[in-house]
Amino acid sequence: MTGDWIDIGPLADIPPRGARTVPVEGGEEIAVFRTGDDTVYALVNRCPHKQGPLSQGIVHGHAVACPLHNWRISLSTGEALGEDEGCVPTIPARVDAGRVLISRFGALAAALAA
Amino acid sequence: MNFYEHPKPDENDTDEGLTCGRREHLVVIGNGMAGCRAIEELLARDGKRYRVTIFGAEPRVNYNRIMLSPVLAGEKSFDDIVINGADWYRDNGIELLSGDPVVSIDRERQIVTSRSGRGVVYDKLLIATGSDPFIIPVPGKDLPGVIAFRDMGDVDTMLAAAAEGGDAVVIGGGLLGLEAAHGLTLRGMKVTVIHLMSTLMERQLDEAAGWLLKSALEGRGQTILTGANTAEIVGTDRVEGVRLKDDTLIPAKLVVMAVGIRPNVALAAQAGLDVGRGIRVDDHMVTSDPNILAVGECVEHDGQVYGLVAPLWEMCRALADGLVEAPTGYRGSVTSTKLKVAGLDVFSAGDFSGGDGAEDIVLRDASRGIYKRLVIKDDRIVGAVLYGDTADGGWYFDLLKKGEDISGARDLLIFGQAFASGGGPADPKSAVAALSDDAEICGCNGVSKERVVASIMGGACSLDAVRSSCKASASCGSCTGLVETLLALTLGDAVEAGPKTLCKCTSFGHDDVRREIVAQGMTSIPEVMQRLHWSTPDGCSSCRPALNYYLLCALPGEYVDDQQSRFVNERMHANIQKDGTYSVVPRMWGGLTNPRELRAIADVVEKFNAPMVKVTGGQRLDIFGIKKEDLPAVWADLNAAGMVSGHAYGKSLRTVKTCIGSEWCRFGTQDSTGLGVQIERMSWGSWMPHKFKIAVSGCPRNCAEATIKDVGIVCVDSGYEIHVGGNGGIKVRVTDLLCKVETEQQVLDYTAAFIQLYREEARYLERTAPWIERVGLDHIRRRIVEDEIGREALTARFLFSQCFSQEDPWAARASGVEREQHEHLGEFRPAPALETVR
Repeated sequence: MTGDWIDIGPLADIPPRGARTVPVEGGEEIAVFRTGDDTVYALVNRCPHKQGPLSQGIVHGHAVACPLHNWRISLSTGEALGEDEGCVPTIPARVDAGRVLISRFGALAAALAA
Repeated sequence: MNFYEHPKPDENDTDEGLTCGRREHLVVIGNGMAGCRAIEELLARDGKRYRVTIFGAEPRVNYNRIMLSPVLAGEKSFDDIVINGADWYRDNGIELLSGDPVVSIDRERQIVTSRSGRGVVYDKLLIATGSDPFIIPVPGKDLPGVIAFRDMGDVDTMLAAAAEGGDAVVIGGGLLGLEAAHGLTLRGMKVTVIHLMSTLMERQLDEAAGWLLKSALEGRGQTILTGANTAEIVGTDRVEGVRLKDDTLIPAKLVVMAVGIRPNVALAAQAGLDVGRGIRVDDHMVTSDPNILAVGECVEHDGQVYGLVAPLWEMCRALADGLVEAPTGYRGSVTSTKLKVAGLDVFSAGDFSGGDGAEDIVLRDASRGIYKRLVIKDDRIVGAVLYGDTADGGWYFDLLKKGEDISGARDLLIFGQAFASGGGPADPKSAVAALSDDAEICGCNGVSKERVVASIMGGACSLDAVRSSCKASASCGSCTGLVETLLALTLGDAVEAGPKTLCKCTSFGHDDVRREIVAQGMTSIPEVMQRLHWSTPDGCSSCRPALNYYLLCALPGEYVDDQQSRFVNERMHANIQKDGTYSVVPRMWGGLTNPRELRAIADVVEKFNAPMVKVTGGQRLDIFGIKKEDLPAVWADLNAAGMVSGHAYGKSLRTVKTCIGSEWCRFGTQDSTGLGVQIERMSWGSWMPHKFKIAVSGCPRNCAEATIKDVGIVCVDSGYEIHVGGNGGIKVRVTDLLCKVETEQQVLDYTAAFIQLYREEARYLERTAPWIERVGLDHIRRRIVEDEIGREALTARFLFSQCFSQEDPWAARASGVEREQHEHLGEFRPAPALETVR
């Protein structure tokens, strides 16, 4: 089963309420978020509105505000919150023994969805 | 009676209720807090019974002496702490004879005589001479530069000394001494506190809290010497230093003695009144002469003398009740103490020396710097020391004064009122509702819950209205939350809304949050959210950047900037563009550049394949299309040519635009380019509520377009016009002329003061133009042009804050700091798998 999860690095390398990026060869970049309560989420790094890099937004609660036009995107579902409509693909992610793992299948599916 | 000063024609004299020829004459010696408060209490009961004359030694109206510390610290101006201005005396028909102290009392003829020889006959005499600072009798105590900390004159002396900087020594590590030391430190002096005892504020704090306080003060740059005994003050023409008994010599150009106070009883003793440590009074504040009363720090009641403000309020109530023949009587006071040093919360009340039968309940939270100790005797609180979190001080003090049995809530007592009286989640509303009527809400002005509620019922429907009607929350503001809760409890939905809230996470407006950050000395975003009951776990993208700025502004050099609460541009130190790449603008001082800089920019453009370079409106060059991973390398190359960040991305100083001025231009009147460079060198790197642009034009032709900038300097033959509050952008606003000055140094000083006022008072994301429209140009003029001391303090605060902000953020990033902001976490090369899936 471990083959289904890719180790992308230590949790400590992502600042709390911050994000890091993982480029995908031949696909879209993935943004890996760490919330204030140390939950980890992975989303395609592209706002459904005008393709802003979500990884650069302000993370609050389990949401991120896009740096370009302040759309709020749910980190768990990838959907735009509030009045806005749109959705960005999510990739299953988890933390194990201080390492951040994302789903290989999820990453592939997201890369292909582009 | 030929020297008797006849009453002035007074409309009240014709009042039908007055049948006798003249009203009784109440003469007050002392225009301080006690004297005036006594008259306020009297007027509230019966405004017609007495004709009132007040003698004051200081040539000023009545002000709040306990707020001198915030004045020294630059948090308040003298006007802010005036309790009763000239209109109060006039409106109430009170004659104020200030600057003319009484020198003798003739009890037999009932006449007081002042220094100027004025004689005034009294029916009732009230002595409110307060106390004098105790000056320790060491050699050198009379040298110029050795002062006490007692009145506005002392504050003026300290401010004058601090303006030149240098070393100061404060003798005495009690409440007053530490507040003086704090103020002088903020004003830029290097301060050493000499304290005889081993624990700071030993009369109010136990050893643990004293240690926490000492560490915190040392962390702010003060030197604290405990167990230090002053041998002499040295100096020839004026003070040069303080020598301790162990021969240590501490240099000082200013020495503040704050070792204690002594009741001022000289006049009373000379008149033959019964005097002990203070003027002896009965429960109605009457001295040994039935026509003479005394109140405040000069009295001794039941063997006790008091040097704090709360007993004074209680005395004045009893005194006024006696004067209108409805005596209630004063029964002595239990006192509590709060230290007015921003960022340090210290509270103590009662007796914490322990002793037989006393038990302690202690809570320590080292990581948050919290220490709480309650001393319990016979199931009652007899003492409380709180450090770091003093929110429950009022509640403990109330329990202590009432002697309430706390056995039922004992297990939870230390966690505070919210826990102990309900167990459920903290509900500040029910906690306030549960306070008794006589619980003190405002310690600075001695206002009880009953009085606050009464003034709300009397029509004060907003915070401001409550402040002006009963003065609660009008001084230090730390009880604002309580007052607001009382408003909500009393009026429900009828409370008049203040400014709109900062964001959906809080019920507080920008100004409330800012004031509380300073008043409660909050030091981090989580702390603000915790203390102000944020409704979300970690805020939102509106409040986090605002709080980060407010804390940064309040705690220069101390607050650690939270990168995750910065908008992308400020976090990346570049401007994000629609395709997710960044643009980079190096600083060009005053719009000047040179071949080396231009070459470096050209090289960067080629090396990183930047698709576009553009001249900006602020006279600089903008390099477009840089990837976030490449930013540190770009900055390293620009740094190598001597360039630093232009902050084109920040809520901060952007550019100082200039024209060529008198150096080249045939119309130029002054060196506008050089002045612009100086202004930019002074103000670059400072974070502000919003972006901030400056321009300097060398003549009124105004080629630098200075009159649509936040600050615009227009040079003229005779000097410099300073214009403020201009804006290009969506809504163009032309600047207002603030004032005209004569020298470049004045331009720099006034500009720094204006920037600091904007930094401290404007709301986050409010440009100077809407800010000035909101507060009015008159306010800005008063603070910058008319109030010289205030302006100098603003300038000093700005320059102090600049010591910590003028480090090039690009250089730090280029050297590898916060590398994670630029590098990828990892890489994913699923090429074979992709093929499989395909």
